[in-house]
Amino acid sequence: MNLLNMTATELANAIKEGKTTAVEAMQAVIAQIEKYESTYNCYVTFDKEAALENAAKVQAKIEANELTGPLAGVPVAIKDNMCTKGVLTTCSSKILGNFVPEFSSEAVINLEKAGAVMIGKTNMDEFAMGSTTETSAYGITRNPWNSNCVPGGSSGGSAAAVALSECYFALGSDTGGSIRQPASYCGVVGLKPTYGTVSRYGLIAYGSSLDQIGPLCKDVTDCATILEIISSHDRKDSTSLDRKDTDFTSALVDDVKGMKIGIPSTYFGEGLNPEVKKAVMDAVEVLKSKGAIVEEFDLELVDYAIPTYYTIAAAEASSNLERFDGVKYGFRAENFEGLHDMYKKTRSEGFGPEVKRRIMLGSFVLSSGYYDAYYLKALKVKALIKKAFDNAFAKYDVIIGPVAPTTAPGIGESLSDPIKMYLSDVYTISLNLAGLPGISIPCGLDSKGMPIGMQIIGDCYKEKNIIRAAYAYEQARGKFAEPDIKEA
Amino acid sequence: MANVISDETIEYVGILAKLELSDEDKENAKKDMADMLDYIDKLSELDTDGVEPMSHVFSVSNVMREDEVTNGDGSESTLKNAPERHENGFIVPKTVE
Repeated sequence: MNLLNMTATELANAIKEGKTTAVEAMQAVIAQIEKYESTYNCYVTFDKEAALENAAKVQAKIEANELTGPLAGVPVAIKDNMCTKGVLTTCSSKILGNFVPEFSSEAVINLEKAGAVMIGKTNMDEFAMGSTTETSAYGITRNPWNSNCVPGGSSGGSAAAVALSECYFALGSDTGGSIRQPASYCGVVGLKPTYGTVSRYGLIAYGSSLDQIGPLCKDVTDCATILEIISSHDRKDSTSLDRKDTDFTSALVDDVKGMKIGIPSTYFGEGLNPEVKKAVMDAVEVLKSKGAIVEEFDLELVDYAIPTYYTIAAAEASSNLERFDGVKYGFRAENFEGLHDMYKKTRSEGFGPEVKRRIMLGSFVLSSGYYDAYYLKALKVKALIKKAFDNAFAKYDVIIGPVAPTTAPGIGESLSDPIKMYLSDVYTISLNLAGLPGISIPCGLDSKGMPIGMQIIGDCYKEKNIIRAAYAYEQARGKFAEPDIKEA
Repeated sequence: MANVISDETIEYVGILAKLELSDEDKENAKKDMADMLDYIDKLSELDTDGVEPMSHVFSVSNVMREDEVTNGDGSESTLKNAPERHENGFIVPKTVE
Protein backbone atom coordinates (compact mmCIF):
# COMPACT_ATOMS: atom_id res chain seq x y z
CA MET A 1 0.00 0.00 0.00
CA ASN A 2 1.58 3.25 -1.12
CA LEU A 3 0.09 5.89 1.15
CA LEU A 4 1.17 8.82 -1.00
CA ASN A 5 -0.74 7.56 -4.05
CA MET A 6 -4.01 7.91 -2.17
CA THR A 7 -6.32 10.87 -2.46
CA ALA A 8 -7.49 12.61 0.73
CA THR A 9 -10.79 10.72 0.84
CA GLU A 10 -9.13 7.38 0.07
CA LEU A 11 -6.68 8.00 2.91
CA ALA A 12 -9.47 8.86 5.35
CA ASN A 13 -11.23 5.61 4.43
CA ALA A 14 -8.05 3.60 4.91
CA ILE A 15 -7.55 5.19 8.34
CA LYS A 16 -11.16 4.49 9.26
CA GLU A 17 -10.76 0.86 8.26
CA GLY A 18 -7.63 0.55 10.38
CA LYS A 19 -5.36 -0.11 7.38
CA THR A 20 -3.16 2.84 8.30
CA THR A 21 -3.14 5.70 10.83
CA ALA A 22 -3.13 9.48 10.81
CA VAL A 23 0.39 9.33 12.23
CA GLU A 24 1.68 7.10 9.42
CA ALA A 25 0.11 9.42 6.85
CA MET A 26 1.74 12.42 8.51
CA GLN A 27 5.10 10.64 8.56
CA ALA A 28 4.72 9.93 4.84
CA VAL A 29 4.17 13.59 3.90
CA ILE A 30 6.92 14.72 6.30
CA ALA A 31 9.32 12.38 4.47
CA GLN A 32 8.32 14.10 1.20
CA ILE A 33 8.86 17.52 2.77
CA GLU A 34 12.28 16.56 4.07
CA LYS A 35 13.23 15.23 0.66
CA TYR A 36 12.00 18.06 -1.56
CA GLU A 37 11.53 21.22 0.47
CA SER A 38 15.09 22.48 -0.01
CA THR A 39 14.45 22.53 -3.77
CA TYR A 40 10.80 23.54 -4.06
CA ASN A 41 10.16 25.69 -0.94
CA CYS A 42 6.39 25.15 -0.64
CA TYR A 43 6.18 26.00 3.05
CA VAL A 44 6.89 29.18 4.99
CA THR A 45 6.27 27.44 8.32
CA PHE A 46 6.47 23.72 9.03
CA ASP A 47 6.45 22.33 12.58
CA LYS A 48 7.19 18.61 12.43
CA GLU A 49 6.74 17.89 16.12
CA ALA A 50 3.40 19.71 16.35
CA ALA A 51 2.14 18.00 13.19
CA LEU A 52 2.98 14.52 14.53
CA GLU A 53 1.55 15.34 17.93
CA ASN A 54 -1.72 16.59 16.42
CA ALA A 55 -1.90 13.54 14.15
CA ALA A 56 -1.60 11.27 17.21
CA LYS A 57 -4.38 13.18 18.99
CA VAL A 58 -6.66 12.89 15.97
CA GLN A 59 -5.86 9.18 15.58
CA ALA A 60 -6.95 8.59 19.20
CA LYS A 61 -10.25 10.37 18.50
CA ILE A 62 -10.79 8.32 15.34
CA GLU A 63 -10.22 5.12 17.30
CA ALA A 64 -12.64 6.34 19.97
CA ASN A 65 -15.22 6.95 17.20
CA GLU A 66 -15.33 10.67 18.03
CA LEU A 67 -14.14 11.62 14.53
CA THR A 68 -15.86 9.82 11.67
CA GLY A 69 -15.88 12.41 8.87
CA PRO A 70 -14.51 12.00 5.33
CA LEU A 71 -11.28 13.93 6.07
CA ALA A 72 -10.49 12.63 9.57
CA GLY A 73 -6.76 12.08 9.99
CA VAL A 74 -5.79 13.66 6.64
CA PRO A 75 -2.74 16.00 6.59
CA VAL A 76 -3.58 19.45 5.17
CA ALA A 77 -1.49 22.52 4.28
CA ILE A 78 -2.87 26.03 4.80
CA LYS A 79 -1.99 29.09 2.72
CA ASP A 80 -0.11 31.57 4.87
CA ASN A 81 -2.76 34.30 4.60
CA MET A 82 -5.19 32.36 6.81
CA CYS A 83 -4.83 32.97 10.53
CA THR A 84 -3.91 29.91 12.56
CA LYS A 85 -4.03 30.16 16.35
CA GLY A 86 -0.56 30.01 17.85
CA VAL A 87 1.10 29.40 14.46
CA LEU A 88 3.09 32.06 12.61
CA THR A 89 1.02 33.70 9.82
CA THR A 90 3.15 35.91 7.57
CA CYS A 91 1.20 36.44 4.33
CA SER A 92 4.70 35.91 2.88
CA SER A 93 5.49 39.48 3.91
CA LYS A 94 8.25 40.95 6.04
CA ILE A 95 5.68 43.19 7.70
CA LEU A 96 4.00 40.13 9.32
CA GLY A 97 7.24 38.21 9.78
CA ASN A 98 6.62 37.67 13.50
CA PHE A 99 2.81 37.64 13.67
CA VAL A 100 1.27 34.82 15.71
CA PRO A 101 -2.55 35.06 15.59
CA GLU A 102 -4.60 34.40 18.68
CA PHE A 103 -7.46 32.93 16.65
CA SER A 104 -7.93 30.66 13.64
CA SER A 105 -9.82 31.46 10.46
CA GLU A 106 -13.26 29.86 10.20
CA ALA A 107 -12.28 27.62 7.26
CA VAL A 108 -9.37 26.22 9.27
CA ILE A 109 -11.63 25.65 12.30
CA ASN A 110 -14.10 23.77 10.07
CA LEU A 111 -11.28 21.53 8.86
CA GLU A 112 -10.01 20.91 12.40
CA LYS A 113 -13.51 19.97 13.55
CA ALA A 114 -13.59 17.44 10.72
CA GLY A 115 -10.29 15.96 11.93
CA ALA A 116 -7.92 17.18 9.21
CA VAL A 117 -4.43 17.74 10.63
CA MET A 118 -2.44 20.84 9.71
CA ILE A 119 1.16 20.31 8.58
CA GLY A 120 2.19 23.90 8.05
CA LYS A 121 1.65 27.17 6.20
CA THR A 122 2.30 27.47 2.48
CA ASN A 123 4.22 30.08 0.55
CA MET A 124 2.39 32.64 -1.60
CA ASP A 125 2.83 35.94 -3.37
CA GLU A 126 3.13 38.67 -0.74
CA PHE A 127 -0.40 39.48 0.44
CA ALA A 128 -1.63 37.32 -2.49
CA MET A 129 -0.53 40.03 -4.94
CA GLY A 130 1.06 38.23 -7.84
CA SER A 131 0.56 35.34 -10.25
CA THR A 132 3.83 33.43 -9.77
CA THR A 133 4.70 33.13 -6.02
CA GLU A 134 7.83 35.14 -6.83
CA THR A 135 6.84 38.20 -4.75
CA SER A 136 7.10 36.26 -1.46
CA ALA A 137 9.52 37.72 1.09
CA TYR A 138 10.54 34.14 1.94
CA GLY A 139 11.89 32.92 -1.38
CA ILE A 140 10.27 31.60 -4.52
CA THR A 141 8.43 28.27 -4.80
CA ARG A 142 9.36 26.07 -7.77
CA ASN A 143 7.09 24.06 -10.04
CA PRO A 144 7.18 20.29 -9.31
CA TRP A 145 6.92 19.52 -13.06
CA ASN A 146 9.98 21.63 -13.89
CA SER A 147 11.94 23.37 -11.18
CA ASN A 148 12.92 26.17 -13.59
CA CYS A 149 9.27 27.19 -13.90
CA VAL A 150 6.99 29.06 -11.51
CA PRO A 151 4.15 27.19 -9.77
CA GLY A 152 1.72 30.02 -10.50
CA GLY A 153 0.18 32.16 -7.83
CA SER A 154 -0.70 33.47 -5.57
CA SER A 155 -1.46 30.08 -3.94
CA GLY A 156 1.69 28.58 -5.52
CA GLY A 157 2.96 26.92 -2.33
CA SER A 158 -0.38 25.17 -1.81
CA ALA A 159 -0.56 23.91 -5.42
CA ALA A 160 3.06 22.72 -5.50
CA ALA A 161 2.72 21.01 -2.09
CA VAL A 162 -0.24 18.97 -3.40
CA ALA A 163 1.65 18.02 -6.58
CA LEU A 164 4.71 16.95 -4.54
CA SER A 165 2.59 14.93 -2.06
CA GLU A 166 3.91 17.21 0.67
CA CYS A 167 0.28 17.22 1.83
CA TYR A 168 -2.94 15.44 0.80
CA PHE A 169 -4.75 18.68 0.08
CA ALA A 170 -4.37 22.39 0.77
CA LEU A 171 -6.43 25.51 1.22
CA GLY A 172 -5.80 28.47 -1.02
CA SER A 173 -7.48 31.82 -1.61
CA ASP A 174 -8.62 33.25 -4.93
CA THR A 175 -8.99 36.98 -5.58
CA GLY A 176 -8.38 36.97 -9.34
CA GLY A 177 -7.43 33.36 -10.11
CA SER A 178 -5.05 32.58 -7.25
CA ILE A 179 -6.42 29.04 -6.71
CA ARG A 180 -7.31 28.06 -10.27
CA GLN A 181 -4.17 29.29 -12.07
CA PRO A 182 -1.57 27.58 -9.80
CA ALA A 183 -3.75 24.44 -9.84
CA SER A 184 -3.53 24.54 -13.64
CA TYR A 185 0.25 25.14 -13.67
CA CYS A 186 0.87 22.32 -11.16
CA GLY A 187 -1.54 19.71 -12.57
CA VAL A 188 -3.91 19.57 -9.59
CA VAL A 189 -7.60 20.36 -9.06
CA GLY A 190 -8.55 23.75 -7.61
CA LEU A 191 -11.93 25.36 -7.00
CA LYS A 192 -13.04 28.90 -6.23
CA PRO A 193 -16.54 28.82 -4.73
CA THR A 194 -19.35 31.35 -5.17
CA TYR A 195 -18.44 34.52 -3.26
CA GLY A 196 -19.65 34.18 0.34
CA THR A 197 -19.76 30.36 0.44
CA VAL A 198 -16.66 29.98 2.62
CA SER A 199 -16.26 32.41 5.50
CA ARG A 200 -13.51 35.00 5.10
CA TYR A 201 -13.16 35.36 8.87
CA GLY A 202 -9.45 35.13 9.64
CA LEU A 203 -8.40 35.42 5.99
CA ILE A 204 -6.06 38.39 5.81
CA ALA A 205 -7.90 40.63 3.35
CA TYR A 206 -6.58 41.68 -0.06
CA GLY A 207 -9.68 42.60 -2.12
CA SER A 208 -12.56 41.93 0.26
CA SER A 209 -15.31 41.93 -2.38
CA LEU A 210 -13.34 39.40 -4.47
CA ASP A 211 -11.54 37.09 -1.98
CA GLN A 212 -12.74 33.50 -1.55
CA ILE A 213 -11.11 30.49 0.12
CA GLY A 214 -11.18 27.14 -1.68
CA PRO A 215 -9.48 23.73 -1.99
CA LEU A 216 -6.44 22.59 -3.99
CA CYS A 217 -6.42 18.81 -4.19
CA LYS A 218 -5.77 15.62 -6.14
CA ASP A 219 -9.16 14.95 -7.70
CA VAL A 220 -12.75 16.15 -8.05
CA THR A 221 -14.07 13.83 -5.32
CA ASP A 222 -11.66 15.36 -2.82
CA CYS A 223 -12.59 18.82 -4.10
CA ALA A 224 -16.33 18.36 -3.46
CA THR A 225 -15.67 16.70 -0.09
CA ILE A 226 -13.38 19.49 1.16
CA LEU A 227 -15.70 22.22 -0.10
CA GLU A 228 -18.63 20.63 1.72
CA ILE A 229 -16.66 20.79 4.97
CA ILE A 230 -15.25 24.32 4.73
CA SER A 231 -18.51 25.94 3.55
CA SER A 232 -20.48 27.46 6.39
CA HIS A 233 -22.65 30.41 7.27
CA ASP A 234 -20.61 32.56 9.62
CA ARG A 235 -21.98 35.50 11.58
CA LYS A 236 -18.43 36.81 11.89
CA ASP A 237 -18.30 37.49 8.13
CA SER A 238 -21.06 39.89 7.11
CA THR A 239 -20.83 38.76 3.47
CA SER A 240 -21.21 35.07 4.37
CA LEU A 241 -24.12 33.41 2.56
CA ASP A 242 -26.62 31.22 4.38
CA ARG A 243 -26.73 28.34 1.90
CA LYS A 244 -28.70 25.14 2.37
CA ASP A 245 -27.32 23.49 -0.78
CA THR A 246 -23.75 22.73 0.33
CA ASP A 247 -24.06 18.93 -0.06
CA PHE A 248 -21.56 19.20 -2.92
CA THR A 249 -20.62 15.51 -2.94
CA SER A 250 -24.14 14.73 -4.19
CA ALA A 251 -22.96 16.19 -7.53
CA LEU A 252 -20.29 13.52 -8.01
CA VAL A 253 -22.33 11.91 -10.77
CA ASP A 254 -20.87 10.58 -14.01
CA ASP A 255 -23.60 11.92 -16.25
CA VAL A 256 -23.64 15.05 -18.41
CA LYS A 257 -26.40 14.00 -20.82
CA GLY A 258 -28.25 17.10 -21.93
CA MET A 259 -25.97 19.47 -19.99
CA LYS A 260 -25.67 22.72 -21.94
CA ILE A 261 -22.07 23.88 -22.27
CA GLY A 262 -21.18 27.32 -23.63
CA ILE A 263 -17.78 27.85 -25.23
CA PRO A 264 -16.89 31.56 -25.25
CA SER A 265 -15.10 32.22 -28.54
CA THR A 266 -13.52 35.27 -26.89
CA TYR A 267 -11.65 32.86 -24.59
CA PHE A 268 -10.08 31.02 -27.50
CA GLY A 269 -8.78 33.92 -29.59
CA GLU A 270 -5.53 35.81 -29.83
CA GLY A 271 -2.99 35.24 -27.07
CA LEU A 272 -4.02 31.66 -26.31
CA ASN A 273 -1.25 29.11 -26.77
CA PRO A 274 -2.31 26.58 -29.49
CA GLU A 275 -1.37 23.57 -27.36
CA VAL A 276 -3.52 24.85 -24.48
CA LYS A 277 -6.35 25.50 -26.92
CA LYS A 278 -6.19 21.99 -28.35
CA ALA A 279 -6.09 20.29 -24.94
CA VAL A 280 -9.13 22.22 -23.70
CA MET A 281 -11.09 21.66 -26.92
CA ASP A 282 -10.27 17.93 -26.78
CA ALA A 283 -11.58 17.82 -23.20
CA VAL A 284 -14.78 19.55 -24.32
CA GLU A 285 -15.14 16.87 -27.02
CA VAL A 286 -15.01 14.23 -24.29
CA LEU A 287 -17.97 15.84 -22.54
CA LYS A 288 -19.77 16.14 -25.87
CA SER A 289 -19.27 12.43 -26.54
CA LYS A 290 -20.88 11.78 -23.15
CA GLY A 291 -24.03 13.58 -24.22
CA ALA A 292 -23.41 17.23 -23.34
CA ILE A 293 -24.72 19.86 -25.76
CA VAL A 294 -21.87 22.16 -26.75
CA GLU A 295 -22.33 25.57 -28.37
CA GLU A 296 -20.00 28.46 -29.11
CA PHE A 297 -21.06 31.95 -28.13
CA ASP A 298 -19.69 35.46 -27.67
CA LEU A 299 -19.03 36.33 -24.04
CA GLU A 300 -18.99 40.11 -23.99
CA LEU A 301 -16.59 42.48 -22.26
CA VAL A 302 -13.75 39.98 -21.72
CA ASP A 303 -11.17 42.66 -22.58
CA TYR A 304 -12.47 44.94 -19.85
CA ALA A 305 -12.17 42.48 -16.97
CA ILE A 306 -8.50 43.07 -16.17
CA PRO A 307 -8.57 46.89 -15.98
CA THR A 308 -11.77 46.67 -13.93
CA TYR A 309 -10.22 44.12 -11.61
CA TYR A 310 -6.97 45.98 -11.00
CA THR A 311 -8.83 49.20 -10.20
CA ILE A 312 -11.14 47.53 -7.68
CA ALA A 313 -8.56 45.16 -6.18
CA ALA A 314 -5.97 47.94 -5.76
CA ALA A 315 -8.56 50.25 -4.19
CA GLU A 316 -9.65 47.62 -1.69
CA ALA A 317 -6.03 46.61 -1.01
CA SER A 318 -4.98 50.19 -0.25
CA SER A 319 -7.74 50.38 2.33
CA ASN A 320 -7.27 46.86 3.77
CA LEU A 321 -3.50 47.24 4.14
CA GLU A 322 -3.75 50.50 6.10
CA ARG A 323 -3.84 48.39 9.26
CA PHE A 324 -0.18 47.42 8.89
CA ASP A 325 1.36 50.37 10.68
CA GLY A 326 3.79 48.91 13.20
CA VAL A 327 1.60 49.57 16.25
CA LYS A 328 -0.29 46.46 17.28
CA TYR A 329 1.54 43.59 15.56
CA GLY A 330 4.17 42.76 13.01
CA PHE A 331 7.28 44.60 11.96
CA ARG A 332 8.19 48.10 13.17
CA ALA A 333 11.05 50.12 11.67
CA GLU A 334 13.97 50.67 14.01
CA ASN A 335 14.80 54.31 13.38
CA PHE A 336 12.18 57.02 13.05
CA GLU A 337 11.22 60.46 14.25
CA GLY A 338 7.68 60.66 15.56
CA LEU A 339 4.49 58.74 14.81
CA HIS A 340 3.98 59.50 11.11
CA ASP A 341 7.58 58.81 10.28
CA MET A 342 7.24 55.48 12.13
CA TYR A 343 4.21 54.56 10.00
CA LYS A 344 5.93 55.49 6.76
CA LYS A 345 9.26 53.83 7.48
CA THR A 346 7.58 50.68 8.82
CA ARG A 347 5.43 50.33 5.71
CA SER A 348 8.21 51.25 3.27
CA GLU A 349 10.60 48.71 4.80
CA GLY A 350 7.93 46.08 5.48
CA PHE A 351 6.14 45.86 2.11
CA GLY A 352 7.66 44.56 -1.12
CA PRO A 353 7.54 46.38 -4.50
CA GLU A 354 4.38 44.74 -5.93
CA VAL A 355 2.39 45.45 -2.75
CA LYS A 356 3.54 49.08 -2.74
CA ARG A 357 2.64 49.41 -6.43
CA ARG A 358 -0.93 48.27 -5.76
CA ILE A 359 -1.34 50.35 -2.59
CA MET A 360 -0.26 53.46 -4.51
CA LEU A 361 -2.54 52.73 -7.45
CA GLY A 362 -5.41 52.07 -5.05
CA SER A 363 -4.77 55.26 -3.09
CA PHE A 364 -4.79 57.16 -6.37
CA VAL A 365 -8.03 55.75 -7.81
CA LEU A 366 -9.80 56.43 -4.51
CA SER A 367 -8.46 59.96 -4.12
CA SER A 368 -10.65 63.01 -4.44
CA GLY A 369 -10.84 64.10 -8.08
CA TYR A 370 -10.15 60.61 -9.48
CA TYR A 371 -12.68 58.51 -7.58
CA ASP A 372 -15.49 58.93 -10.12
CA ALA A 373 -13.30 58.55 -13.19
CA TYR A 374 -11.59 55.36 -12.04
CA TYR A 375 -13.12 53.60 -9.05
CA LEU A 376 -16.77 54.33 -9.69
CA LYS A 377 -16.30 53.66 -13.40
CA ALA A 378 -14.84 50.24 -12.59
CA LEU A 379 -17.81 49.41 -10.33
CA LYS A 380 -20.13 50.26 -13.22
CA VAL A 381 -18.22 48.06 -15.65
CA LYS A 382 -18.31 45.31 -13.03
CA ALA A 383 -22.11 45.52 -13.18
CA LEU A 384 -21.96 45.15 -16.98
CA ILE A 385 -19.62 42.14 -16.72
CA LYS A 386 -22.00 40.50 -14.26
CA LYS A 387 -24.85 41.14 -16.71
CA ALA A 388 -22.87 39.51 -19.54
CA PHE A 389 -22.51 36.35 -17.44
CA ASP A 390 -26.21 36.49 -16.45
CA ASN A 391 -27.07 36.49 -20.17
CA ALA A 392 -24.76 33.53 -20.80
CA PHE A 393 -26.12 31.49 -17.90
CA ALA A 394 -29.66 32.04 -19.12
CA LYS A 395 -28.61 29.72 -21.97
CA TYR A 396 -25.92 27.44 -20.52
CA ASP A 397 -25.43 25.25 -17.44
CA VAL A 398 -21.67 25.75 -17.50
CA ILE A 399 -19.10 27.73 -19.48
CA ILE A 400 -15.80 26.06 -20.37
CA GLY A 401 -12.50 27.64 -21.34
CA PRO A 402 -8.79 27.58 -20.51
CA VAL A 403 -7.54 28.62 -17.05
CA ALA A 404 -4.53 30.54 -18.35
CA PRO A 405 -3.25 31.47 -21.83
CA THR A 406 -0.07 29.39 -21.44
CA THR A 407 1.44 26.69 -19.24
CA ALA A 408 3.75 27.74 -16.37
CA PRO A 409 6.29 30.40 -17.43
CA GLY A 410 9.95 30.25 -16.45
CA ILE A 411 11.16 31.77 -13.21
CA GLY A 412 11.90 35.49 -13.61
CA GLU A 413 9.98 35.90 -16.88
CA SER A 414 6.91 37.63 -15.46
CA LEU A 415 8.04 40.13 -12.85
CA SER A 416 9.83 42.51 -15.20
CA ASP A 417 6.58 43.53 -16.88
CA PRO A 418 3.67 43.83 -14.41
CA ILE A 419 1.01 44.41 -17.06
CA LYS A 420 2.10 41.27 -18.92
CA MET A 421 1.79 39.33 -15.67
CA TYR A 422 -1.67 40.81 -15.07
CA LEU A 423 -2.74 39.74 -18.57
CA SER A 424 -2.17 36.09 -17.69
CA ASP A 425 -5.22 36.36 -15.42
CA VAL A 426 -7.56 37.19 -18.32
CA TYR A 427 -9.71 34.03 -18.12
CA THR A 428 -9.96 33.76 -14.34
CA ILE A 429 -10.42 37.33 -13.16
CA SER A 430 -13.96 38.00 -14.36
CA LEU A 431 -15.32 35.19 -12.14
CA ASN A 432 -14.19 37.10 -9.06
CA LEU A 433 -15.82 40.28 -10.34
CA ALA A 434 -19.10 38.42 -10.94
CA GLY A 435 -18.86 36.23 -7.80
CA LEU A 436 -19.02 33.01 -9.85
CA PRO A 437 -17.62 29.58 -8.96
CA GLY A 438 -14.97 27.99 -11.16
CA ILE A 439 -12.92 24.81 -11.11
CA SER A 440 -9.55 24.08 -12.70
CA ILE A 441 -8.97 20.47 -13.71
CA PRO A 442 -5.90 19.04 -15.48
CA CYS A 443 -6.68 18.11 -19.11
CA GLY A 444 -3.34 17.47 -20.78
CA LEU A 445 0.36 18.19 -21.08
CA ASP A 446 2.09 20.49 -23.54
CA SER A 447 5.07 19.43 -25.66
CA LYS A 448 7.42 20.39 -22.81
CA GLY A 449 5.54 18.10 -20.45
CA MET A 450 3.88 20.90 -18.47
CA PRO A 451 0.27 20.50 -17.29
CA ILE A 452 -2.67 22.30 -18.88
CA GLY A 453 -5.85 23.16 -16.99
CA MET A 454 -9.45 23.37 -18.16
CA GLN A 455 -11.69 25.88 -16.40
CA ILE A 456 -15.36 25.05 -15.86
CA ILE A 457 -17.40 28.05 -14.79
CA GLY A 458 -20.83 27.99 -13.17
CA ASP A 459 -23.47 30.56 -12.31
CA CYS A 460 -23.60 31.79 -8.70
CA TYR A 461 -24.66 28.96 -6.35
CA LYS A 462 -24.15 26.39 -9.13
CA GLU A 463 -21.02 24.62 -7.88
CA LYS A 464 -22.86 21.35 -8.37
CA ASN A 465 -22.98 21.89 -12.15
CA ILE A 466 -19.23 22.43 -12.40
CA ILE A 467 -18.44 19.55 -10.03
CA ARG A 468 -20.65 17.25 -12.09
CA ALA A 469 -19.03 18.28 -15.39
CA ALA A 470 -15.52 18.02 -13.91
CA TYR A 471 -16.27 14.62 -12.37
CA ALA A 472 -17.70 13.23 -15.62
CA TYR A 473 -14.63 14.47 -17.52
CA GLU A 474 -12.28 13.03 -14.90
CA GLN A 475 -13.97 9.60 -15.10
CA ALA A 476 -13.36 9.54 -18.86
CA ARG A 477 -9.83 10.95 -18.57
CA GLY A 478 -8.65 8.51 -15.92
CA LYS A 479 -5.75 9.17 -13.58
CA PHE A 480 -3.73 12.22 -14.61
CA ALA A 481 0.02 12.07 -15.28
CA GLU A 482 2.37 12.62 -12.36
CA PRO A 483 5.42 14.88 -12.31
CA ASP A 484 8.84 13.31 -12.53
CA ILE A 485 10.12 15.09 -9.45
CA LYS A 486 13.79 15.97 -9.38
CA GLU A 487 15.84 16.65 -6.29
CA ALA A 488 18.33 19.48 -6.42
CA MET B 1 -4.38 58.72 -24.00
CA ALA B 2 -1.02 58.74 -22.33
CA ASN B 3 -1.11 59.56 -18.66
CA VAL B 4 1.66 61.64 -17.17
CA ILE B 5 2.01 61.53 -13.42
CA SER B 6 3.43 64.73 -11.98
CA ASP B 7 5.85 64.99 -9.06
CA GLU B 8 3.07 66.59 -7.02
CA THR B 9 0.72 63.67 -7.68
CA ILE B 10 3.27 61.07 -6.64
CA GLU B 11 4.06 63.12 -3.54
CA TYR B 12 0.34 63.20 -2.70
CA VAL B 13 -0.11 59.46 -3.35
CA GLY B 14 2.87 58.77 -1.07
CA ILE B 15 1.13 60.69 1.70
CA LEU B 16 -2.18 58.87 1.15
CA ALA B 17 -0.47 55.48 1.00
CA LYS B 18 1.75 56.32 4.00
CA LEU B 19 4.88 55.25 2.17
CA GLU B 20 8.28 56.89 2.22
CA LEU B 21 9.56 57.00 -1.33
CA SER B 22 13.14 57.62 -2.41
CA ASP B 23 13.72 59.65 -5.58
CA GLU B 24 14.27 56.42 -7.47
CA ASP B 25 11.06 54.92 -6.01
CA LYS B 26 9.17 58.01 -7.14
CA GLU B 27 10.44 57.80 -10.70
CA ASN B 28 9.55 54.11 -10.88
CA ALA B 29 6.15 54.71 -9.35
CA LYS B 30 5.43 57.52 -11.84
CA LYS B 31 6.12 55.20 -14.74
CA ASP B 32 4.29 52.19 -13.27
CA MET B 33 1.23 54.22 -12.42
CA ALA B 34 1.14 55.94 -15.81
CA ASP B 35 1.32 52.54 -17.53
CA MET B 36 -1.47 51.14 -15.38
CA LEU B 37 -3.68 54.19 -15.88
CA ASP B 38 -3.15 54.03 -19.65
CA TYR B 39 -4.35 50.48 -19.45
CA ILE B 40 -7.28 51.24 -17.14
CA ASP B 41 -8.35 54.08 -19.46
CA LYS B 42 -9.68 51.32 -21.73
CA LEU B 43 -12.76 51.39 -19.51
CA SER B 44 -13.66 54.84 -20.86
CA GLU B 45 -14.54 53.19 -24.18
CA LEU B 46 -17.66 51.81 -22.51
CA ASP B 47 -20.81 53.85 -22.12
CA THR B 48 -21.85 53.39 -18.51
CA ASP B 49 -24.41 56.19 -18.30
CA GLY B 50 -27.28 55.09 -16.10
CA VAL B 51 -25.46 51.97 -14.90
CA GLU B 52 -25.68 51.50 -11.15
CA PRO B 53 -22.18 50.91 -9.66
CA MET B 54 -21.97 47.39 -8.24
CA SER B 55 -19.91 47.16 -5.06
CA HIS B 56 -21.19 43.71 -4.16
CA VAL B 57 -22.50 40.93 -6.35
CA PHE B 58 -25.19 40.00 -3.86
CA SER B 59 -27.30 42.59 -2.13
CA VAL B 60 -25.62 42.84 1.23
CA SER B 61 -26.85 44.76 4.21
CA ASN B 62 -25.49 45.40 7.64
CA VAL B 63 -25.60 42.32 9.83
CA MET B 64 -26.65 43.43 13.29
CA ARG B 65 -26.21 41.49 16.51
CA GLU B 66 -26.33 42.09 20.22
CA ASP B 67 -23.03 43.32 21.63
CA GLU B 68 -22.38 40.31 23.82
CA VAL B 69 -18.95 38.95 24.66
CA THR B 70 -18.66 35.39 23.37
CA ASN B 71 -14.89 34.98 23.25
CA GLY B 72 -12.52 34.92 26.19
CA ASP B 73 -9.96 37.50 27.21
CA GLY B 74 -7.33 37.46 24.47
CA SER B 75 -5.53 40.60 25.59
CA GLU B 76 -2.32 38.88 26.66
CA SER B 77 -1.88 36.89 23.44
CA THR B 78 -2.85 39.98 21.43
CA LEU B 79 -0.31 42.16 23.22
CA LYS B 80 2.36 39.52 22.70
CA ASN B 81 2.37 40.56 19.04
CA ALA B 82 2.98 44.23 19.86
CA PRO B 83 6.31 45.64 18.66
CA GLU B 84 6.46 47.55 21.94
CA ARG B 85 4.15 47.36 24.94
CA HIS B 86 3.79 48.69 28.44
CA GLU B 87 1.63 46.60 30.76
CA ASN B 88 -1.77 46.50 29.04
CA GLY B 89 -1.04 49.03 26.32
CA PHE B 90 0.77 49.53 23.03
CA ILE B 91 3.66 51.96 23.04
CA VAL B 92 3.70 54.48 20.18
CA PRO B 93 5.99 57.44 19.55
CA LYS B 94 5.04 60.59 21.44
CA THR B 95 2.31 62.46 19.56
CA VAL B 96 1.60 65.43 21.85
CA GLU B 97 4.01 67.92 23.27
